[in-house]
Amino acid sequence: MTDHNDGVSRRKVLECMTWAGTGVLWTISGGVPHSLGLVDETMAADAKGLTFLQISDSHMGFDKPANPNAKGTLEEAITRIKAFPVKPSFMIHTGDITHLSKVSEFDDAEKIISQAKLDVHYVPGEHDLIDPEIKIYKERYGRGTKGSGYYSFDANGVHFLGLVNVANLKGGGMGSLGDEQLEWIEDDLKGRSASTPIVVFAHIPLWSLYPAWGWGTEDSERALGYMKRFGSVTVLNGHIHQVMQKVEGNVTFHTARSTAFPQPAPGTAPSAGPMKVPDDKLRTMLGTASVTFKQGEQRLAIIDTPLQS
Amino acid sequence: MNFARQVALGAIAGLVAIAIMAASPAGAAEIEVKIDNFTYNPMKITVKAGTIVTWTNHDDIPHTVTSKTMLFKSNALDTDDKFSFTFATPGTYEYFCALHPHMTGSIVVDASAGR
Repeated sequence: MTDHNDGVSRRKVLECMTWAGTGVLWTISGGVPHSLGLVDETMAADAKGLTFLQISDSHMGFDKPANPNAKGTLEEAITRIKAFPVKPSFMIHTGDITHLSKVSEFDDAEKIISQAKLDVHYVPGEHDLIDPEIKIYKERYGRGTKGSGYYSFDANGVHFLGLVNVANLKGGGMGSLGDEQLEWIEDDLKGRSASTPIVVFAHIPLWSLYPAWGWGTEDSERALGYMKRFGSVTVLNGHIHQVMQKVEGNVTFHTARSTAFPQPAPGTAPSAGPMKVPDDKLRTMLGTASVTFKQGEQRLAIIDTPLQS
Repeated sequence: MNFARQVALGAIAGLVAIAIMAASPAGAAEIEVKIDNFTYNPMKITVKAGTIVTWTNHDDIPHTVTSKTMLFKSNALDTDDKFSFTFATPGTYEYFCALHPHMTGSIVVDASAGR
């Protein structure tokens, strides 16, 4: 938030402070994370290089007690994104756009998310592939993608891979990328300089976060093996509706909040699933993330921002 | 295959179908499997041939009932949605949730057992 000649209303200032004061900034140097504490607006505004946003698990169509108005909270998230002090380059959506893969749910998501006026790079969640013919997601978001919807692109010298680990799942297993996609990943990374920062995004966590609840991807090790030689790898996921982070060597794993409903922390409930919390707590457990790369430095900053602190 | 033989086979198939239809309304056992907290309950159950098994999803998240061999496959079941399948042939039928594949269950169909 910089100077405005027309003056800034008190309400506006408070809104910005909410934005700025609720995220924790992590920097990664040499694979070691340092929390720099609460982000203030100066740091957010100073960010040079590439900043993009992650939204996840909007579950359009969800109307159960855990959040009867998932549309409303997605709208709130987008309103906050529009007020972000630094205009992000684009957005990624890490899946579960809809709850039941209905056309009307995809329509609602599009109507709301497009108001951010940013390019959005999607990957599907398991909830986006449950229409009987499994074709709506692919028709809407799959143009130019391979297999069930995976692809790569470059932005500001950073190489992005959007992966699908929710298709053709096998009984008794967890998330799965499958041989065809794994071969494509190996091929896609071949010949790239090890100094290229890599960002991988997919719906289900690409690490064994909590296998008892299926929170992991059974063949993610092979995918990560192809990324070992890169100096900076960032893995962004959704699915679990809460923030979790792990650093392993040069790889940072991070999961984002949902905009629809919270889920319990691993092992704290009989199962995963929508968690009902007191109404005044709900928005503290929903939110979005922003990710910033500074050019020339192997470090990134991930700021998780709840809808309400 | 000549025409007469096709007609004969068709007639036999028809008779068998009528026999099955006649047998099921009176004798068919019905079993409920509840889906609760990402679990099929009971997870494993033995039934006699001809039993109709009905799954009901009590979770606030959709699940499916998907046979490992694709013999049966429900659509995504939203809260309180049901899916039924008639198990006519003895054998073990393993199934899982195609959305949350760590959820598994099995139906054992026994020619003689059951109730």
